[in-house]
Amino acid sequence: MSELATNRQIDRSKMQVSDEVAIEINNMNKWYGSFHVLRDINLTVNQGERIVIAGPSGSGKSTLIRCLNALEEHQQGKIVVDGTELSNDLKNIDKIRSEVGMVFQHFNLFPHLTILENCTLAPIWVRKTPRKEAEERAMHFLEKVKIPEQADKYPGQLSGGQQQRVAIARSLCMMPRIMLFDEPTSALDPEMIKEVLDTMIELAEEGMTMLCVTHEMGFARQVANRVIFMDAGQIVEQNEPEEFFNNPKSERTQLFLSQILGH
Amino acid sequence: MSDISFVRTEMLPEQAPPASSVGAIGWMRVNLFSTPLNTILTLAAVALIYFVLVALVPWAWSPTWNATSLKNCREILAELGREGHFSGACWGVIQDRWVQLFMGFYPPEHYWRPISAFILLGVALLPILYSDKVPAKMMWFTGLYPFLMPLLLWGGSVWTPVMVLAGFVLAFLVYKFLTEQTGELIGLIAAVVVAVLWWGFFASALAGALADIIPVGLEPVDSRKFGGMMLSLTIGVVSIGFSLPIGIVLALGRQSDLLIVKALCVGFIEFIRGVPLITLLFVASTLLNIFMPPGTNFDIIMRVIIMATLFASAYMAEVIRGGLAALPTGQYEGADSLGLNYWQAQRLIIMPQALKISIPGIVSTFIGLFKDTTLVSVIGLLDPLGLSNAIRADSDWNGVVWELYGFIALMFFVFCFSMSRYSMYLERKLQTGHR
Repeated sequence: MSELATNRQIDRSKMQVSDEVAIEINNMNKWYGSFHVLRDINLTVNQGERIVIAGPSGSGKSTLIRCLNALEEHQQGKIVVDGTELSNDLKNIDKIRSEVGMVFQHFNLFPHLTILENCTLAPIWVRKTPRKEAEERAMHFLEKVKIPEQADKYPGQLSGGQQQRVAIARSLCMMPRIMLFDEPTSALDPEMIKEVLDTMIELAEEGMTMLCVTHEMGFARQVANRVIFMDAGQIVEQNEPEEFFNNPKSERTQLFLSQILGH
Repeated sequence: MSDISFVRTEMLPEQAPPASSVGAIGWMRVNLFSTPLNTILTLAAVALIYFVLVALVPWAWSPTWNATSLKNCREILAELGREGHFSGACWGVIQDRWVQLFMGFYPPEHYWRPISAFILLGVALLPILYSDKVPAKMMWFTGLYPFLMPLLLWGGSVWTPVMVLAGFVLAFLVYKFLTEQTGELIGLIAAVVVAVLWWGFFASALAGALADIIPVGLEPVDSRKFGGMMLSLTIGVVSIGFSLPIGIVLALGRQSDLLIVKALCVGFIEFIRGVPLITLLFVASTLLNIFMPPGTNFDIIMRVIIMATLFASAYMAEVIRGGLAALPTGQYEGADSLGLNYWQAQRLIIMPQALKISIPGIVSTFIGLFKDTTLVSVIGLLDPLGLSNAIRADSDWNGVVWELYGFIALMFFVFCFSMSRYSMYLERKLQTGHR
């Protein structure tokens, strides 16, 4: 069995799932050209849920969460994020994007801006926050991810783990209600994975709604309230982490788990 | 019996490098004589430089500064016992004509106008070139300079540039008002329409009326009087100033999802790049008048500037497209995921990086454009090259070639080399990757 993501005590007191719906996906289909990547996806995410999406590569899990903030376009079905339906209306898309934070595998920080500028850019230009207030908030979140002393450096001067924590802080500065993580630790050295996961756990402890595509099964076990297994563009199985790992129902899930946890 | 176990008990202290690898000797060993081939190449290069200098220095070292004609030069050199065709340079022509090489036939009593125009150009450029060292308020002057420069150079009523400026102010106010009331697109279209109407129907009439009431202005100077370096600088600076923004717009248009915008941009870029600049200049000087209504007198320098600008912006667009292509898609996605709209993402994230990558190409295009301004001599404008022919037409200086071309080359070199140095400084300054 995989080791735990962290040895710290996790405070589950605030990890409460509310009845309020954060994301609703109905019969969503997506094609790349003639290739059917996402097939008939139905998923409802409540406010406060921590969902881990797992699956073999090419199963469509990244595509799924990229559809949630319209980085990818879906062709059929309905996606409602935080009460706003994703359509071709650019105003809706920009609104959803400013409510939904996203963390990428390769960080996607802006290399020509300092860490602080990376964090204040969107609040200043999208939210029209006064600069001073935006900077105070940025410093607050940089302290939270434990790198306030790097605020005046450029992304190129930071380690991978630090860059990813900056990327998380940058998203948090927009005060999102939902956070999407697209393989946030896959590009990191093993010793840096822990610091990023710790940051994510802290976020979960504060009750943030999170959707994570990740291969960190320890994180899934400890933090998630639901694990979704995808294969060939479909949701194959979803369950609570204990049940999912100890008692997988589908054969495909069993095979997958035996492959990633087997050694 | 294996004995692979090893434990260091004492750490080694730092030592100074061997003397042969540092200092002047070390530098020479590495850079000049590292291999037998490099040694041969070094010696050959030294020999080449030696022979060039031996031929050039005595020729250039020639006490003919005060000569009044080529014949006079030869006499001075003959007195010194220097005979023959390459016995010495005839610098008298530079002393006699350097003012003309800078100013052309611009009326001497108005020389202060081009001089102050170019000094003010330097002031206007400061906030752009050294944005971190100059107060941002200076941008106001940079904004006003495009209206000041033609007034100084061409003269005429103050009211003409003021009315042109008023058009921009009017368009901005309309844009601001309508964007708040309705939408951005409507505001933009209305602003353009208002500005065009203003310039087309009201501006010149109003400027004329105002000039009758309050006649303030400078004495007009005809475009045909422009010449020399100041003509090259005028064409070069204006074309450079316009070609960068037009190039950016074309590069973005070429990447656009809008089919017609894309087709127009690609068509324009490919057409302009497929045609030699000299053809465009001939079109500007002769053909353009055929398409104009009879009686219109469209300023020749303005026509040349338009053609040079279009030419350079097509190249600029391709250079910037290269910079855009070098950016990882993650940068677009990062900007999108934060909710920045298209123009914000372009302005704040994409363009600063794409332009930084393209700096060497952009500056090359600038330098190329500046040197291409000498082509206007073939359509009869008296840029330094055109003037050199005019100077040789004078019987005093008939036959002087090297001195004139050398001096002109030096003038261009000073400007082009400064641009090149500045671009290197800028690249270093913007280097944020691994500082």
